[in-house]
Amino acid sequence: MFDFLEGYDLLGAFWATVQLTVYSAIGSLIWGTLLAGMRVGPVPLMRAFGTAYVNFVRNIPLTVIILFSSLGLYQTLGVDLGGDGIVQVISFRLSVLGLIVYTSAFVCEALRSGINTVPVGQAEAARALGLNFGQVLRLIVLPQAFRAAVAPLANVLIALTKNTTVAAVIGVAEASLLMKEMIENEAQLVLIGAVFAFGFVCLTLPTGLLMGLLGKKVAVKR
Amino acid sequence: MKLRKVTAASAAVIALALTATACGEGAAEKDAKGPEGGKGKITVGIKFDQPGIGQKTPQGYAGFDVDVAKFVAKELGYSEDQIEWKESKSADRENMLSRGDVDFIAASYSINDEREAKVDFAGPYLLAHQDLLVRADDDSIKSPEDLNSKKLCSVTGSTSAQNVKEKLAPKAQLQEYPTYSACLTGLQNGAVDALTTDDSILAGYAAQDSFKGKFKLTGLKLSNENYGIGVKEGSDLKAKINSALEKMVSDGAWEKAVAAHFGPANYKNEPAPKIGDIKK
Repeated sequence: MFDFLEGYDLLGAFWATVQLTVYSAIGSLIWGTLLAGMRVGPVPLMRAFGTAYVNFVRNIPLTVIILFSSLGLYQTLGVDLGGDGIVQVISFRLSVLGLIVYTSAFVCEALRSGINTVPVGQAEAARALGLNFGQVLRLIVLPQAFRAAVAPLANVLIALTKNTTVAAVIGVAEASLLMKEMIENEAQLVLIGAVFAFGFVCLTLPTGLLMGLLGKKVAVKR
Repeated sequence: MKLRKVTAASAAVIALALTATACGEGAAEKDAKGPEGGKGKITVGIKFDQPGIGQKTPQGYAGFDVDVAKFVAKELGYSEDQIEWKESKSADRENMLSRGDVDFIAASYSINDEREAKVDFAGPYLLAHQDLLVRADDDSIKSPEDLNSKKLCSVTGSTSAQNVKEKLAPKAQLQEYPTYSACLTGLQNGAVDALTTDDSILAGYAAQDSFKGKFKLTGLKLSNENYGIGVKEGSDLKAKINSALEKMVSDGAWEKAVAAHFGPANYKNEPAPKIGDIKK
């Protein structure tokens, strides 16, 4: 029944999916945290930028962002992110960039909801001790905010894992591109779809469970 | 206990995924009365987005496959306004036939073993080859070996794209995009050197008004694609369509359709293939 799987590098394709996920997750965690910092910060210009960025980016379809990074950034403007003219490498980096740009908007909002769970008294007490804004955020607020934001961040991570399939539109050889190839060759639409759905479940279910455990472990008991 | 919960959950998820796909495809209305319905309609699957082959335009449907389908439908006893056109995307074609959503499919449908195991093919009615579309002033590609230093573009997951990766030029760089039109942008501004797929499709693009004179075909025959008309497995339509196709060739309508749709692109078509003569 599953002999159509022969001759395809299924693991390699899912490995590319994992790589896309990990790089984009790290990138968007960093950029998303910075954005969240801007949105709660005291400087009006940065607040405005953070708000505008989040509201702008999260309302653009991811496909458009990824396609733009290839057709617009690379082909028209010549931005190749140090890919040395090798199309596969450039496409991979461009899609990581697109995923970071997109996902960080959601990371920022998840973190901001975490920040809102930290009682105002904490920040006030820290300020009374003489800490400046950066220190309050870094030492007092964010550590507690992260602990409260594990569950929404897990959501974002799972969504990111599945969103990596969009990278196929600019030809990154990940799972959904292999799926398209197999459907083209094998005329087994439903079975192939099921195999890949199962592959993604294998990636995202453990992610969800681990993040759930982590969330419980680090939760701030109030 | 925990583990059993997980297995149950994943089983539920897979079941859900399966039913979801099944629903999505089954939703198409089943108003086709079947080919023997006499006064009813005949439902034909074509491509909506391939200029020269099958394209939905504001004026209706146009393309070589559309002309073939119209001729065949006429021979089967249906007038043009009794034809109901349906879009059959490459991945859906086998399922549309086996479910009976369409009576036959003429949608740049190349005959191969995997597909023949699922559906029956009438024809072939056109022998196409994988070819390259390059800028009109580019003469650097003369043989498949020249490809290894080039940037190619094709549609994600298509047979032509896989051919390049695995056989023709594994060292060539392949950019995959969801549509041929996205590739054409890159070809125009020099980001890629060639667009590759079946020559019939390429000829259709090059013959579009906005691209006339900008691109040309290299004429390399990189593979054989036998376009057939797909029908449901075991359907008695196959024999009727075959005789309709024979008639189309013998009374000159085939030549006319080829010239009309592929002619402007300087495309040298193969002579009409004999029914059942599949070139590997």
